[in-house]
Amino acid sequence: MSIDTDDPTVAAAPDPEPDNSLGGIFRAYLAKLRGGEVGSLPAVLGLIALVLVFSSLRPEQFTNSFNFANLIGQSAGVTVLAMGLVFVLLLGEIDLSAGFAGGTCAGVLGVFLTRQEWPLIPALLAALLTGALIGLIIGLLVARLGIPSFVVTLAAFLGLQGVLLTMIGEGGTIPIRNDFINGLNNANLPVWLGWVLGIVCIVGYAALTYITDARRRAKNLTVQPILLWALKAGLLTVVVLAVVGYLSVERSRNPALTSLKGVPVSLVVIVGLLILLTFTLTRTAWGRHVYAVGGNAEAARRAGINVFRVRLSCFILCSTMAAVAGIMIASRTNSVNPNTGGETTLLYAVGAAVIGGTSLFGGKGRVIDAVIGGTVVAVIDNGMGLLDQPQGTVWMVTGLVLLVAASVDALSRRRASATGHV
Amino acid sequence: MSPLLELHGVEKSFGAVQVLRGVDLSVHAGRVTALVGDNGAGKSTLVKGMAGIHLFDAGDYLFEGEPVKVTNPKDAAALGIEVVYQDLALCDNLDVVHNMFLGREMKRLRLVDEDTMEQRARETLDGLSVRTLKSVRTPVASLSGGQRQTVAIARAVLWNSKLVILDEPTAALGVAQTEQVLRLVRRLADRGLGVLLISHNLNDVFEVADDIAVLYLGGMVGQIEAASTTRERVVQAITTGVVPEGGAA
Repeated sequence: MSIDTDDPTVAAAPDPEPDNSLGGIFRAYLAKLRGGEVGSLPAVLGLIALVLVFSSLRPEQFTNSFNFANLIGQSAGVTVLAMGLVFVLLLGEIDLSAGFAGGTCAGVLGVFLTRQEWPLIPALLAALLTGALIGLIIGLLVARLGIPSFVVTLAAFLGLQGVLLTMIGEGGTIPIRNDFINGLNNANLPVWLGWVLGIVCIVGYAALTYITDARRRAKNLTVQPILLWALKAGLLTVVVLAVVGYLSVERSRNPALTSLKGVPVSLVVIVGLLILLTFTLTRTAWGRHVYAVGGNAEAARRAGINVFRVRLSCFILCSTMAAVAGIMIASRTNSVNPNTGGETTLLYAVGAAVIGGTSLFGGKGRVIDAVIGGTVVAVIDNGMGLLDQPQGTVWMVTGLVLLVAASVDALSRRRASATGHV
Repeated sequence: MSPLLELHGVEKSFGAVQVLRGVDLSVHAGRVTALVGDNGAGKSTLVKGMAGIHLFDAGDYLFEGEPVKVTNPKDAAALGIEVVYQDLALCDNLDVVHNMFLGREMKRLRLVDEDTMEQRARETLDGLSVRTLKSVRTPVASLSGGQRQTVAIARAVLWNSKLVILDEPTAALGVAQTEQVLRLVRRLADRGLGVLLISHNLNDVFEVADDIAVLYLGGMVGQIEAASTTRERVVQAITTGVVPEGGAA
């Protein structure tokens, strides 16, 4: 942090020459960590540790590319749900109903698509609109009436569970036979398309950030060192190439019968939503207002921000994302049942957002936190399953990891308030 | 020269409690007007009324000689009235630039125009001769009290505002920081803005104010030129509600 001491009489030059060497970047990052701004670092370190542990214990099963693709599919629903939850968590609120909101929307999709035999687009729109409507009602109750979101969404959790059960019938299942829906979380891209999209991502990121930095440098504005840009772009390149490369390997157990290779469509959905939502949150005025309301709602109100509308829109977005998550889960199983979006779905999603570094206290968090956290949760679930651990142990370990993540959040906040950072 | 802002016979009640009883006040451009008064005298209510947070029940509100209706903070901002609240109303999790443009982000192609915002924030801070902020991209949480106050004041002048209302700007500051903020207040008036300074601290008041308006139990005791009065007289006016003999009212 380039801020001088508390003594204002020590007038410093406005633009000190930043240390742009590798060491300087590293020291600046360390200073940020010490200040309590840990971001996603604990989650990333945890992820690496978990992968190493599972890889050494089950080298055959865990690291093969079949399991890797499988893991992405398993986690897609929870990750998408967590991405939506980030917006509600940023306000310092919670949505406990998101899981069953997703289930209900998937149920609506199933009813219209399979039972009523509607075409795909209207049925899909109906499902998404159901999500938006659920979010609208929750948002109105929280933002207009001022009922705590915990209570409202707890009620919605119970209520929507009932709606889903009534819609589908006890013990019933609605099969989904639409190829597009089922493809969302089962199909793979052609290998070449995976490579093209991967390279578009890398080049797009590197070029856009480079142009932005160059423009800001020309205008003499604050800008990251070129070396840091190179490090970030390089890291992204390595990760994307590794992931696409590994997913392009033939992973079918019997390639002669069915060939399984290419980037899963679910990963494209996740990355697409990640880019779209991150862009919305960081580049639009609405996104700035979400952070402002989460950081200090009273300040936001006095600055003329319509706090009510920001709150309402976040709940609507969260439930709409829940609808997408519900569809991803239904796609995975090619069906909707009264438990779609139930059981641990919501708890895993909240856990994912928090593990990734989104603060439960509001005002701090990113959409990518949900993806990183969702991957951690999925790796635990998947790895423990491969270790033939009973479900009880899996839940205990997941609970423990969540507890650690929440502690990191609380401790970093304490650290931050002690050192004057947020 | 007619006053920048004039209030005549302003009244405000909360239920049965009458907080303001026929208050008159005038603030001139290029001058620092101090609003003093004991706790409960109605200073905050008066300010909130001017800012459009509360509505006055009765009375005239004139700005630049014209009667105006200020029913919400946006009306006040549109007139060029900016309020810096005691609690500063900054978002700790946002950086200096975003706080300065909070709620009024500049946009290009419907997106937040970070470049122009940062340039203008930098220019405004430089224009106020603020040299204590090294980076405008620092989260406000990591700033000191004086730096926060500076950011809040800079935010108020960013919009070519005409009147800046400061609510107890030095209340939580140390000696050096108080000095720095008062110099900034003086610079605002010297640049031709009207400044209304609410303060408990008579040292501060006598250091920067040109006029002193004394509020007592919801009524205006009188508005006095600072140079023509003394601390003792102002203290007496604050505590008894009467301008002592010899004070030019």
